[in-house]
Amino acid sequence: MAFIPHTDADVRDMLQAIGVDSIDQLFDEIPQALRVDGLKGVPEAVGEMEITRIMHKRAARDGEPLTFIGAGAYEHHIPAAVWEIATRGEFYSAYTPYQAEASQGTLQLIYEFQTMMASLTGLDVSNASMYDGASALGEAALMAVRANRKSRSGKILMPRTLHPLYRKVAKAVAGNQGLEFIEVDYDHANGTLDLKALEAYADEDLTALVIPQPNFLGRFEDVDALTDWAHARDAQVIAVVNPTSLALIKPPGEWGEKGADIACGEGQPLGVPMSSGGPFFGFMTCRQSWVRQMPGRIVGRTTDLDGRTGYTLTLQAREQHIRRSKATSNICTNQGLMVTGATIYMSLLGAEGLAGVATACMNNTARVVEVMSSVDGVEVAFAGGQFHEAVLKLDCPVAPVLERLAAEDIAGGLDLSAEYPELGNALLVCATETKSEDDIVRFGKAMADAVAAVAGEKR
Amino acid sequence: MTEKLIFESSREGRRATAQAPLRQTVDLPDHLRRNTPPLLPQVSELQTVRHFTRLSQMNFSIDTQVYPLGSCTMKYNPRACNTLAMLPGFLARHPLSHVSMGQGFLQTMHELQDMLKEVTGMKGVSLTPMAGAQGEFAGVAMIKAYHDARGDSHRNEILVPDAAHGTNPATAVMCGCKVVEIPTDDQGDVDLDELRKAVGPNTAGIMLTNPSTLGVFERHIEEVRGIVHDAGGLLYYDGANLNAILGKVRPGDMGFDVIHMNLHKTFSTPHGGGGPGSGAVGVGERLLPYMPIPVVGKDGDTYRWLDEKDIPGTIGRLSAFMGNAGVLLRAYIYMRMLGRDGMSRVSEYATLNANYVMVRLRDAGFDLAFPRRRASHEFIVSLKRQSRDLGVSAMDFAKSLLDYGFHAPTTYFPLLVPECLLIEPTETEAKEDLDGFVEAMIAILDESARDPEKVKGAPYTTPVRRLDDVKAARQLDLVFNPASVDA
Repeated sequence: MAFIPHTDADVRDMLQAIGVDSIDQLFDEIPQALRVDGLKGVPEAVGEMEITRIMHKRAARDGEPLTFIGAGAYEHHIPAAVWEIATRGEFYSAYTPYQAEASQGTLQLIYEFQTMMASLTGLDVSNASMYDGASALGEAALMAVRANRKSRSGKILMPRTLHPLYRKVAKAVAGNQGLEFIEVDYDHANGTLDLKALEAYADEDLTALVIPQPNFLGRFEDVDALTDWAHARDAQVIAVVNPTSLALIKPPGEWGEKGADIACGEGQPLGVPMSSGGPFFGFMTCRQSWVRQMPGRIVGRTTDLDGRTGYTLTLQAREQHIRRSKATSNICTNQGLMVTGATIYMSLLGAEGLAGVATACMNNTARVVEVMSSVDGVEVAFAGGQFHEAVLKLDCPVAPVLERLAAEDIAGGLDLSAEYPELGNALLVCATETKSEDDIVRFGKAMADAVAAVAGEKR
Repeated sequence: MTEKLIFESSREGRRATAQAPLRQTVDLPDHLRRNTPPLLPQVSELQTVRHFTRLSQMNFSIDTQVYPLGSCTMKYNPRACNTLAMLPGFLARHPLSHVSMGQGFLQTMHELQDMLKEVTGMKGVSLTPMAGAQGEFAGVAMIKAYHDARGDSHRNEILVPDAAHGTNPATAVMCGCKVVEIPTDDQGDVDLDELRKAVGPNTAGIMLTNPSTLGVFERHIEEVRGIVHDAGGLLYYDGANLNAILGKVRPGDMGFDVIHMNLHKTFSTPHGGGGPGSGAVGVGERLLPYMPIPVVGKDGDTYRWLDEKDIPGTIGRLSAFMGNAGVLLRAYIYMRMLGRDGMSRVSEYATLNANYVMVRLRDAGFDLAFPRRRASHEFIVSLKRQSRDLGVSAMDFAKSLLDYGFHAPTTYFPLLVPECLLIEPTETEAKEDLDGFVEAMIAILDESARDPEKVKGAPYTTPVRRLDDVKAARQLDLVFNPASVDA
């Protein structure tokens, strides 16, 4: 029997000890009329060899394309040690560290993770992670409502330069509690939030302003001015940041005069594979003064009966298993295993290694922009710097171009035409440090062919 | 055994140079630049590997210890599930890549949806919720959307039995609902009279865990269904304890409108030190129009994402992409290896193991919370008597078990039973390991009578002894400050 160790003799002895004749008798409290006779719609069992064959075939069918999409999930080199260690059974098959004495490994690791994330974002404290970057933003909005006692409106300003999927998730996660998410337009000529567009809300009671850096279009926002604008109106600042970029660019804690209040984002770039979008992990950090409003698990350092240093879950009075309906969130788990991988990744890379990755990403994207700007029918949407994404404008529809590139085994970017119609036939492309000069040149040639073919069809 | 923080091994200028590219010059204006580097350690690859390997050795885990943690279903996590979910073709797939580049993955997800429909007796399945609590959120949000669509926005009361997980009431609040608590009778079933009194024109629905967290099957499930449906409410099945009923009864057949499943419990995806979980939801006919997106659909031979265009009434997206895809792959692989007969065996042997341990502990002199009931896949021992007579608490027993090499059962949950241990052996434990657990419990009971102070001081063999939680909360130390070491 798959994964069940019982011998016939075991079963006999156990039934005898219980005092029943059959295993079926143990289900006698379930009303007979409700019982089903097996699950015919589930296929017959397969052995490990056969499932290996099935899964290899499917994985091979999906292949390993040349990927130039970012948009919230990034292909980075992951050092071999990361998942070798993270999938050790002692990490992989442990549970929530409620019994602290039996979970010091996981707890100390989370304390190290909290230290790294707080420092990376330039804020005081971090939690042990959320589900993903988008849901972390929803939770950050709810947290801002709790923390900002000067505001009663529950109004959260979200620029359209924030990831469209993040905007949708924030509304789905937090919208049922009376929050109002207001989308603010951006400067279509340069791809960043315009302070003038914010002025329409200058006299309103605002709970928070969300500032993405770099933004969804790969551009750098004027974070200092935006932060000061929000603080001048007693609105909190929620930073949505890419952790790789923080090796190079100013962390949220240093934005403007006072710094952002809460930072959150997608932790996937820190050693987690793209894997069709999950499991990833969201991170969340904040100033010390808001720590009791933060959702999710938090680990603290303390001492044991003998005075030795040890680690334990703390401030649990915020959480659902203690506070039930009065908890800061219904979140129960963190993304423990992903945090394990990320902590190992950040340890291996260090600040210099992470800066190495970040600079290679910036320069590779700049190179893509350079190559694409000489392709007929392609122009670059915004002049000036970008992190590892850039917007291209095509003189033909994007979807058929992406289809042609897919046929060449190239994931050629994300079609923006539905979410950003004002940009026309816009395509968001990304090149991380994993792309070589040959890869970028191949992408350029394939793009030229695809655009020419699609434009030709149109004529 | 203690391990220094990795920051304490850091030395200026040390690097694992093979693992990352060197810093390049970039075009970045000064006002955007970071001035001081983040506090990441400067260590070698060997130092990193050794540090985290040592940390791992300070954990209890299923792979190293019996882990009878009630309500968590700590069963064996087959290695093949991990190996195959980490094939390069799955890891390299970008979530937004063209569907033609993900047919292998999408087919797998489509088949997983179908298997989960069959297991639960539901009409539709969405795989996107990233944990049980998010599955609960999806369920209650769908119930709310259903009432709103019918012009019944005043229906905002969610009934929750008092034995429920804390996530149930917290979820109801996150969905903008009020919580009405329903008491449990002395046999562990929902108090039907109280339920009848509680329902009314504002009832949105009930969240019911079955078998309940008390480790018993709700025998009046059909009456509960009738009372709530007659009042115009919907029924939410918290599938936390699905392991106990797999292949025996199906929530859909019992008339439930929505269920979430904890794939990390029943379908053996790893708990990972506290996540990632996966809380797929199954829905009946009435809630199909509100499912969270994306869902995997099939046109002819091609699999594709269903989004707002296909499910316009959707409660929306709960994650940027499609939830914990890699966890879903592991659940699929496990389910295929179990097959239809293996599924029923899961509940049979989980129930056999629970009842066996329950009877042996009872015979050894422990008090059961519900001595006249069958155990489901778990059961409760109450140490109220020992606590009164010997001064030894459930927590003392839990800590002492660690010294015997067993992870502790769940303690002090559910809140209804004083000094309780919620014990769930799961089907993957062999009889001799269950016997070992029982012997350890008996030994601790003996020791409690002879030398209670010793039991109260446990554990003695773990990397640290009992920790000062009060100090942890009062003198918050949540991040390492290097200045504190230099000083």
